[in-house]
Amino acid sequence: MPKTTLNKLNRGQTGIIRDVLGDDGVAIRLLEMGLTDGEPITLVGAAPLGDPLEFALRGYRLSLRISEAERVEIDSPS
Amino acid sequence: MTAAAPAKSLTVAVIGNPNTGKSTLFSALTGLHARIGNYPGVTVEKKVGCVDHDGVCLNLVDLPGTYSLSPRSLDEMVSVDVLLGRQLDVGQIDVVLCIVDASNLERNLYVVSQVLDIGLPTVLVLNMWDVALSRDIRIDVAVLSQRLGIPVLTCEAHKRTNIAAIKSALVTAAQQPTRTPQRLFPPEFYREIEALREQTTVGKNVLPDFLLERLLLDAGGYVEQWQTKQHSQALPAQLTAARDRLKAAGCRIPAVEAKVRYAWARQLLTGVAQQPTARPTTSSDKLDRFFTHKVWGLVVFCLVMFTIFQAIYSGAEPLMLMLEQGQNALGDAIGSLMPIGPFRSLIVDGIVAGVGGVLAFVPQIALLFLFISLLEDCGYMARAAFLMDKLMVKVGLSGKSFVPLMSSFACAIPGIMATRVIENRRDRFVTILVAPLMSCSARLPVYVLLIGAFIPDVWYGGWLPLQGLTLFTMQALGAIVAIPVAWILKMTFFKGETPPFVMELPSYKWPSPRIVLSRVYDRVKSFIVRAGTLIFATNVLVWATAYYPGDHAEERRLQAEVASLREQHGAVIKQYEETEEARRGEVPPEVAAISAAEDAANRESQRLLEISYLGRTGRALEPVFLPLGWDWRIGVGVIASFPAREVIVATLGTIYSLGRDVDAESQGLQSALRSATWPDGRPIYTIPVALSVMVFFALCAQCASTLMVIRRETAHWGWAAFTFVYMTVLAYAGAWGTYHVGLWFMS
Repeated sequence: MPKTTLNKLNRGQTGIIRDVLGDDGVAIRLLEMGLTDGEPITLVGAAPLGDPLEFALRGYRLSLRISEAERVEIDSPS
Repeated sequence: MTAAAPAKSLTVAVIGNPNTGKSTLFSALTGLHARIGNYPGVTVEKKVGCVDHDGVCLNLVDLPGTYSLSPRSLDEMVSVDVLLGRQLDVGQIDVVLCIVDASNLERNLYVVSQVLDIGLPTVLVLNMWDVALSRDIRIDVAVLSQRLGIPVLTCEAHKRTNIAAIKSALVTAAQQPTRTPQRLFPPEFYREIEALREQTTVGKNVLPDFLLERLLLDAGGYVEQWQTKQHSQALPAQLTAARDRLKAAGCRIPAVEAKVRYAWARQLLTGVAQQPTARPTTSSDKLDRFFTHKVWGLVVFCLVMFTIFQAIYSGAEPLMLMLEQGQNALGDAIGSLMPIGPFRSLIVDGIVAGVGGVLAFVPQIALLFLFISLLEDCGYMARAAFLMDKLMVKVGLSGKSFVPLMSSFACAIPGIMATRVIENRRDRFVTILVAPLMSCSARLPVYVLLIGAFIPDVWYGGWLPLQGLTLFTMQALGAIVAIPVAWILKMTFFKGETPPFVMELPSYKWPSPRIVLSRVYDRVKSFIVRAGTLIFATNVLVWATAYYPGDHAEERRLQAEVASLREQHGAVIKQYEETEEARRGEVPPEVAAISAAEDAANRESQRLLEISYLGRTGRALEPVFLPLGWDWRIGVGVIASFPAREVIVATLGTIYSLGRDVDAESQGLQSALRSATWPDGRPIYTIPVALSVMVFFALCAQCASTLMVIRRETAHWGWAAFTFVYMTVLAYAGAWGTYHVGLWFMS
């Protein structure tokens, strides 16, 4: 399946997480917040200035900067 | 601890994710009598509360809300150290109380699974049970408890349900035999742990299993840094090799931990928790759509911020006025009871004014924390950070710095105290260090006085008022200067990886008045207790340098004369003030006599200030002030206002023999400044000089209270000293530049 990154989702679109790139503090934090392989994640919206983005996953809402969302690989939503 | 001996006193660590109602539960368990302090050497707040239950004394330690126990800094290490009994001022932990959000169980269980790895007796509390029920989430508590092997209780902390049962469960759990920690990871992982144990053991010093896990799992984390320092430079290479071996075996670090723990959580909840497959759109989601909307979100945000700002800026005024009046009344009452002399001056001008100087900040602190606690408790605070993040990233900070910095425009003290919402230490410190640059309300009188006296009241092009423009520039100056300062601090002292802005946006809820009020009370109390004493001492010290070593006998005689003349001719003065005579300039002889006596007393006060330690310092430092275009009088005023900048107006009043009771809009003071001259007759105050004084005030750290709060919040004198030095240097350079550019313009 073709891959893309989380920041490329459109509003309301859901993607399946494949991987979090890197092993620094940001990567660890993303994993801890539940962005694990196989989990669906939906883009809910963006802040008025365009960054950060708001996502829904595992039944809660999470805010990520675009630079952080770029670290998350997802399956391209069909 | 053995199971047989019932303990008289138990230490309980309370841990959980942020936004789970942990503080609400903590105060429901302990009442409002929590002791707040700091852990030694770090800026983490230590909150301990005590409660008696069936003859057992429960000591509850509230750990900072966290999503995980994988420390990346010394501050984050505190929670781990407390749980492992390595934090000496807390001691061994007997029971862990884990609090989770029942409506968001899966993610909350992540940190629970880490706590269970430690192996301490644990009690799990499912808070916000009512919210979970309203979202059709059904959890079988009995089966969950059986699967976990620990007691599980439901709770609605804000309604105080089940509190007694939780206390009983804590007491019972402590008497259970020690649990064997769970082993979630594959066998290869534990083989590496055993190898690491051998490598890191020094004598009898064996690292606990949990720390070995952290060492292996957190690449570049705190445990790795600390152990590398303890042992050898070979450790990182050994760790990398171990991680590579694990990667080859199919468990890549760091992903393996999240994978294993979330899989455990999901398996645990299968058949235990039922929830609707599609998450229904809650009213919180609808609110969120509005509050983060491109247009409405910003409108609401501006309104909220404006309300807060207005509340601290002017809402606190009546309260501060009341405090000031109370202070004056108390001073007068004591003054009338005691004979004039150094002791009375100490009590009235030193001690009462010193206490007043501390209490003056209380209304602002209370109001700001009222708003901040309300916004935090209802869930809006995270949205405020979300909305402002992009703006703040440009200066190297995050959205979480916005509210503290904005509050600092009213007063830096509550602003600095509000930085506790910023978890990242580097971001927090940079915010604290630039907060005093924001133009606080105490700078306003200086601007009003000097602008009123020296900036011509003209309108450029018929619409741009020069006075207003100058005032605006002065107010904005600090914030503009703060941008490069923050950037430089980020490049030098606070260099490091950009902290993640991975932030939960919690569901909106009604704030709990009890929690909000107790948080306001905590903040005010900690300000008075921790910073208040030092602020008070500084005020008394400044009083002493301005009072000694002059002989105040003549001043006392002259003041007594004024008082007796006033008493004698009270009726004449009253009549004079009430009639129109004042306008025609027909001054009755009695009134003239009083003015003459007052002038004499004020001149004597001026002489005493000139010969005081403060005045001598001002004269001695005149060469330092000359490049700024200032004479020694401005120098004395500036030095006297280092403890509190608003003092400048009263000091200038004394220096120009007008008495201390002048205000910024006083015509007498403004005209005295205009007519002040150098010995050769040139006027001292020109527009460049007035601007240079204002720029100095805009950039200087003339506020002892702010420095005390910086010391308190950073847990180190060094940062207070650093702030003082960098702002004074900046102020001096700014004033020098302004004066010289001004001179060049005028020529």
